[in-house]
Amino acid sequence: MSTTEERPIGFGRLKRKEDARFIRGQGRYVDDVQLPGMLHGAVLRSPYAHARIVSIDVSAAQQHPKVHAVLTGRDLDGLGLAWMPTLSMDTQAVLATDKVRFQGQEVAFVIADDRYAARDALELIDVDYEPLPVVVNARRALDADAPVIRDDLEGKADNRIFDWEAGDRAATDAVFARADVVVSEEMLYPRVHPAPMETCGAVADYDAVEGSLTLWSTTQAPHAHRTLFALVARLPEQKIRVIAPDIGGGFGNKVGIYPGYVCAVVGSIVTGRPVKWMEDRSENLMATSFARDYVMRGSIAATRDGRILAVRVDVIADHGAFNATAQPTKYPAGFFHVFTGSYELEAAHCAVTGVYTNKAPGGVAYACSFRVTEAVYLVERMVDLLARELDADPAQLRLANLIRPDRFPYEAKTGWVYDSGDYETALRKALEMAGYEQLRAEQAERRERGELMGIGLGFFTEAVGAGPRKHMDILGLGMADAAELRVHPTGKAQLGISVQTQGQGHETTFAQIVAQELGIPPEDVEVVHGDTDRTPFGLGTYGSRSTPVSGAAAAVVARKVRDKARVVASAMLEVSADDLEWERGRWFVRGDPDQGATIQEIAMAAHGTVELPKGVEAGLDSETVYDPPNLTFPFGAYLCVVDVDPGTGKVTVRRFVAVDDCGTRINPIIIEGQVHGGLADGVGMALMELIAFDEDGNCLGGSLMDYLIPTALEVPDWETGFTVTPSPHHPIGAKGIGESATVGSPPAIVNAVVDALRPYGVRHVDMPCTPSRVWEAMQGRGAPPQ
Amino acid sequence: MQVPPQFEYERATSIEQALELLARLGPEARLLAGGHSLLPMMKLRLAAPEHLIDIDPLADELGYVREQDGELRIGAMTRHRELLDSELLRRRAAIFADAERVIADPVVRNRGTIGGALCQADPAEDLSAVCAAVGARVVIRGRDGERVVVMPEFHRGPYETAVGEAEMVTEVRIPLSPGFGSAYEKVERRVGDWAVAAAGASVRMDDGEIARAGIALAAVGAGVTSAEAEAALAGRRPSEEAFAEAARLAVEHCSPVDDQRGSAEYKRHVAGELTRRALRRATARALREEG
Repeated sequence: MSTTEERPIGFGRLKRKEDARFIRGQGRYVDDVQLPGMLHGAVLRSPYAHARIVSIDVSAAQQHPKVHAVLTGRDLDGLGLAWMPTLSMDTQAVLATDKVRFQGQEVAFVIADDRYAARDALELIDVDYEPLPVVVNARRALDADAPVIRDDLEGKADNRIFDWEAGDRAATDAVFARADVVVSEEMLYPRVHPAPMETCGAVADYDAVEGSLTLWSTTQAPHAHRTLFALVARLPEQKIRVIAPDIGGGFGNKVGIYPGYVCAVVGSIVTGRPVKWMEDRSENLMATSFARDYVMRGSIAATRDGRILAVRVDVIADHGAFNATAQPTKYPAGFFHVFTGSYELEAAHCAVTGVYTNKAPGGVAYACSFRVTEAVYLVERMVDLLARELDADPAQLRLANLIRPDRFPYEAKTGWVYDSGDYETALRKALEMAGYEQLRAEQAERRERGELMGIGLGFFTEAVGAGPRKHMDILGLGMADAAELRVHPTGKAQLGISVQTQGQGHETTFAQIVAQELGIPPEDVEVVHGDTDRTPFGLGTYGSRSTPVSGAAAAVVARKVRDKARVVASAMLEVSADDLEWERGRWFVRGDPDQGATIQEIAMAAHGTVELPKGVEAGLDSETVYDPPNLTFPFGAYLCVVDVDPGTGKVTVRRFVAVDDCGTRINPIIIEGQVHGGLADGVGMALMELIAFDEDGNCLGGSLMDYLIPTALEVPDWETGFTVTPSPHHPIGAKGIGESATVGSPPAIVNAVVDALRPYGVRHVDMPCTPSRVWEAMQGRGAPPQ
Repeated sequence: MQVPPQFEYERATSIEQALELLARLGPEARLLAGGHSLLPMMKLRLAAPEHLIDIDPLADELGYVREQDGELRIGAMTRHRELLDSELLRRRAAIFADAERVIADPVVRNRGTIGGALCQADPAEDLSAVCAAVGARVVIRGRDGERVVVMPEFHRGPYETAVGEAEMVTEVRIPLSPGFGSAYEKVERRVGDWAVAAAGASVRMDDGEIARAGIALAAVGAGVTSAEAEAALAGRRPSEEAFAEAARLAVEHCSPVDDQRGSAEYKRHVAGELTRRALRRATARALREEG
């Protein structure tokens, strides 16, 4: 058995197994599902951001010859389904009954023969709205005269959702009081949207005779959805099958349950036919989970000679009209409290206030690792502001303050225990790859000529792989994941996992994990996912948790199989199991290497007639549930070079160097792909992406003409590098890579833009750094986007 | 998937048939000349024509760029891609390649046509500014014959042109002369986005002086051409001062609005900046006889 670079047994640059079908256009997405007699649904959405519903007349729509049913909030109310619980223990309207609270909110659902007729019939529904005052700016949501959005909640008299804090306020205040230097800045991480290539949708097929529901849906968490549908729709869980076929990107957009899914289910129950609902691009951008929208007031304290002492931050978190974010229950601000970043601090404190606004619900999405994006942006901007205040080099300031390798496991001031890290090595590597000194020299020369070149650094530590069951749950479901490994008599294997790929390459990565542990080729391992009837329970893919949690489960279950194989081998070889030694793919007799059995031989024997020791059952199949002992903490050092056109304010990203450390690297091709994608995300967020609203609450980002995502022409050739610092508590030392680059790149780009604008005295520019906004900052009139 | 309302589809295989269909089907019929503006508008339900008359079969007959009688002649169904690739245009009116490089993306450029773009008359559309800057004339054909109009007459305002019912654009004509140079400058938030602001310029140099200048701005609420700026340059020797003066006049006569692409203030600033840049490049090209 040979292992090569192209066809590794285990870890290595294996081409993605799933790409054969994707490249040939043979992927099967929810919208590809066609069932006999299937009907199509469409959602009528509110044109107002805040309005009372006076009346809804659906009679004309019902008379459309191709319409089968029209559902309104009143119809759902009769079934107890007008409202549903959110992942943050709030409630959300499925179809509005009392009033609408954001533009694009679901008001009615039409079911027709085809999607054209369903869409046409929406225009026949007559809704009488009485417009109400609107609040879209989170800073004004708590004003005394702000309209109360959630008057449906008992006794609710304001728009406050929660107040939450982490760290030690008093200790932080004390450090700030004695610090030589304090720098403060208010910054907005604007509202952006994951905008996956495939929008959200579902096909619901309710079988009234069996009382069973099959639901194909765009979900990153099929098992959690099954449980939620059981609880929400009061259907018995064993009668629900959730199938997530190929998913065209998720990025957190497909974690929650949207009203359209519930409507499709109700629609199928009501009509007795399968019902498909696929939202269009505008619906996706306007109504589904956005990301960020954090107004952050940060301060950093340091000694005059450049030792960072403390960081504190006050946040107003805009969650939109319903608190529907997905994050572990105990953490309403997600993992924002990892804002202490990669630095050795004496104290830190954050206070986060969540508010309702007349905007679409959401906040945790777009590869944010539960708000680590916001945290990293905050601290990395603050460090650059401090460098400017101290007139220090941003690289030197970081090098002097990074947590040293001998300090791990490191307990941060907000409670995290970072598992492992070697930050300085990563940063030095990035500086070396970039040629930092030469870049600074070039910058000085260009400035002499009036040219604007900027160099920006960003260092990040992520907290991913949620998480330990005793600390972390979503709606009471602990964040553990199972894996089930079946080994067939011929030694081929099938791995069932609970996490759900949306393009990350699970079918390859997870096969490689099993291959690494069992010593069989990855192509012999079929990875099954995305079907609750065929896979074990778990919480799904988001927050970079697949490899840290499910990857661990895959390794553990493969080791259980290996252990079982040892027992079977001992029976086959008639020696004690203790006398057997493992080499990749084979147990052999210690001291007599010729005497041995491969996994394939053992598998056949395990299903055959070999007499097994008492109490040992036939077969090799095994299963496990992995409860992570801690999160994992990937990190990286990023460097960005930009050029700004002084006449137009146009920013061009000239170079981007990314050094990532995700611990053990399973498949470098997939890792690089994840990094490339995340860096492009970062360019998008930093330079162009924004879901904006006018003062009436009209969404100004409702199409890809308005909401810009970057193309190959806006991004440079990525220069990637890596270091490897394995996680000490993870079975294979892997830490996760899915969101690192999305988290780490925006601050590096903004730091570069601000650095370029130094001759203009610019301290800060809020994203997105569009030509207009950059130019206004150059004129001293920069302002946050609306 | 965004779905348009119901419409009837017709396919015209000759200009005469297209005009006949337009006359018969009336004002609720629209020509489909590439469809990369019209179809998205239909899917967004911003447009709901009852009939589409697909004139794609005319792409051969009306797809050309040639020099004839001292003019460049471009067929109305010439695709963006063909304008971008045309050696003749590159040599004689480089402004087209400048603009086409930053119009939409290859997929759109492969289908979209110059006639479709001009008739769409989007206020941020690039080819309208290009054609205005080079003093183009547009040939409009009706069942009773054709007429030729200059751009200020053709382009009547946002989404409004001189093309009447049962008429269609068949050709665009650009006067050629020695000492001609042209250029297009655009700021966009992202490649393929509509312009935040854009400026097209052309100059005809005669004995070291600017005999005639053409200036047209896009996306900033300017006139079809910036007539005051053009007049200010006529008869002057090219200089930074002259360009700055022209830019000032062009900006003075535009009225941009605040939107997601930028503030009105920024657009004014950048319209001036781009006007200067376009004039500089156009002049340099004219002096090198590079069109």
